[in-house]
Amino acid sequence: MDYTWNWSALWSLSLDGRLTYFETLLLGLAWTLATALSAFVLALLVGSLLGVMRSAPVAWMNRVGACFVELFRNVPLLVQMFLWYFVLPELLPDAAGDWLKQLPDAQFYTAVLCLGCYHGARVAEVVRSGLGSLSRGQGMAGQALGLTLPQTYRYVLLPMAYRIVVPTLTSEFLSTTKNTSVALAIGLVELTASARAMQEGTFQVFEAFAVATVLYLALNLVIVFLMRVLERKAQVPGYVSGHEKGGR
Amino acid sequence: MFAGFDFDVIVRALPYLFLDGMAFTLTLTVLATLGGIVLGTLLALMRLSRFAVLSTFAASYVNLMRSLPLVLVIFWFYFLMPYVGQWVTGAANPVRVGPFWSSLVTFTLFEASYFCEIIRSGIQSVPRGQVMASQAMGMTTAQTMGYVILPQAFRNMLPILLTQTIVLFQDTSLVYVLSITDFLGAAAKVAQRDGRLLEMYLFAALVYFAISFTASFFVRRLQRRVAIVR
Repeated sequence: MDYTWNWSALWSLSLDGRLTYFETLLLGLAWTLATALSAFVLALLVGSLLGVMRSAPVAWMNRVGACFVELFRNVPLLVQMFLWYFVLPELLPDAAGDWLKQLPDAQFYTAVLCLGCYHGARVAEVVRSGLGSLSRGQGMAGQALGLTLPQTYRYVLLPMAYRIVVPTLTSEFLSTTKNTSVALAIGLVELTASARAMQEGTFQVFEAFAVATVLYLALNLVIVFLMRVLERKAQVPGYVSGHEKGGR
Repeated sequence: MFAGFDFDVIVRALPYLFLDGMAFTLTLTVLATLGGIVLGTLLALMRLSRFAVLSTFAASYVNLMRSLPLVLVIFWFYFLMPYVGQWVTGAANPVRVGPFWSSLVTFTLFEASYFCEIIRSGIQSVPRGQVMASQAMGMTTAQTMGYVILPQAFRNMLPILLTQTIVLFQDTSLVYVLSITDFLGAAAKVAQRDGRLLEMYLFAALVYFAISFTASFFVRRLQRRVAIVR
């Protein structure tokens, strides 16, 4: 291959004049992690709410939940990113729109909001299938004990459902981490964007992408390891956990 | 809210959006799906093979691809392809690979790893007894796979394969990062040229939604029909 390798480019100063390129890549990794974690917390909240709505015996809740899920699953993530970033401020009243546009780190908040809703719609399906896998008797028993419907969910159904779906949530978290890279299109300097910046600054394409690849793989391994620990802790004795493949 | 909404800008851009943009998106989707399924089947057979070299190679490839973000993979191939082209053709300089071929190769190789996992579980969903029965009848491994296992596996997996194709269709929008004129790229170019972000991005979202939603609707119907037959 006719390519001049120069790994020392990693230690040269980046264009901002303070950090070396290797440090900018690590900073990118930190942004990736921060975005993924915040977005996943939001996705869990949104997903739990919608998952409960979709499984609840209330017709209008089912419909609202289903609409939300269909909407966020059928539009590409990148398009959603653009809608949150470029279109939302235009649709809001002028004052609110201007405030949004001038927010420091607006890309970060937008990315978190966008990924949170996108993955929230997918977590909703996971939570719903978790709730669906419980035997119907559990809900009935809760009601027979005199619990209200919200109490039945809070104390009986959800604690079980969450423990059953932990393995599926692992792969959802992994895909959230990977999808943070889409936010580079709205200017968030996460790991892929930092690699791209290094490539543009030094023309050392493959060194930049190789380091980014290794960092992504390492991040993956750490997440998988931590989630395995959590999975063992969360496992319900006697319940075969539904280890589902899929998601990205 | 929609007081300043300019429908005219969409109407004027329609030919460009669909004849240039959507044509690219759909061609890429169809070809990458076909290539991805062929390659994915090979990878799945390798992963299930008795030979450790083959199964380790396929497993590493699939796990690597599935741990990386698609955006990063798109960049990797975009910059790597000219050098690979030079190596293959023996040219003196890195070969110029057009955006279409670059993204086609990227999506085929990337999606193959996702198709591989679907097809592998499809193959495993066919009861083991059928393999034994075929061998008892004197079929070779290739015949067993070709005539007995794969036809049933594909039938079981058809809805999931189609769902993955819809995901692929949505993922093709990521070629935007290479400034390629796919459907989203075309919409973004018009949006920036005419300063009409609101109209163009909403319209793009609407079109993607309509296509994906309709397609998923038919996949769900197909799923029910396949399920009854089994």
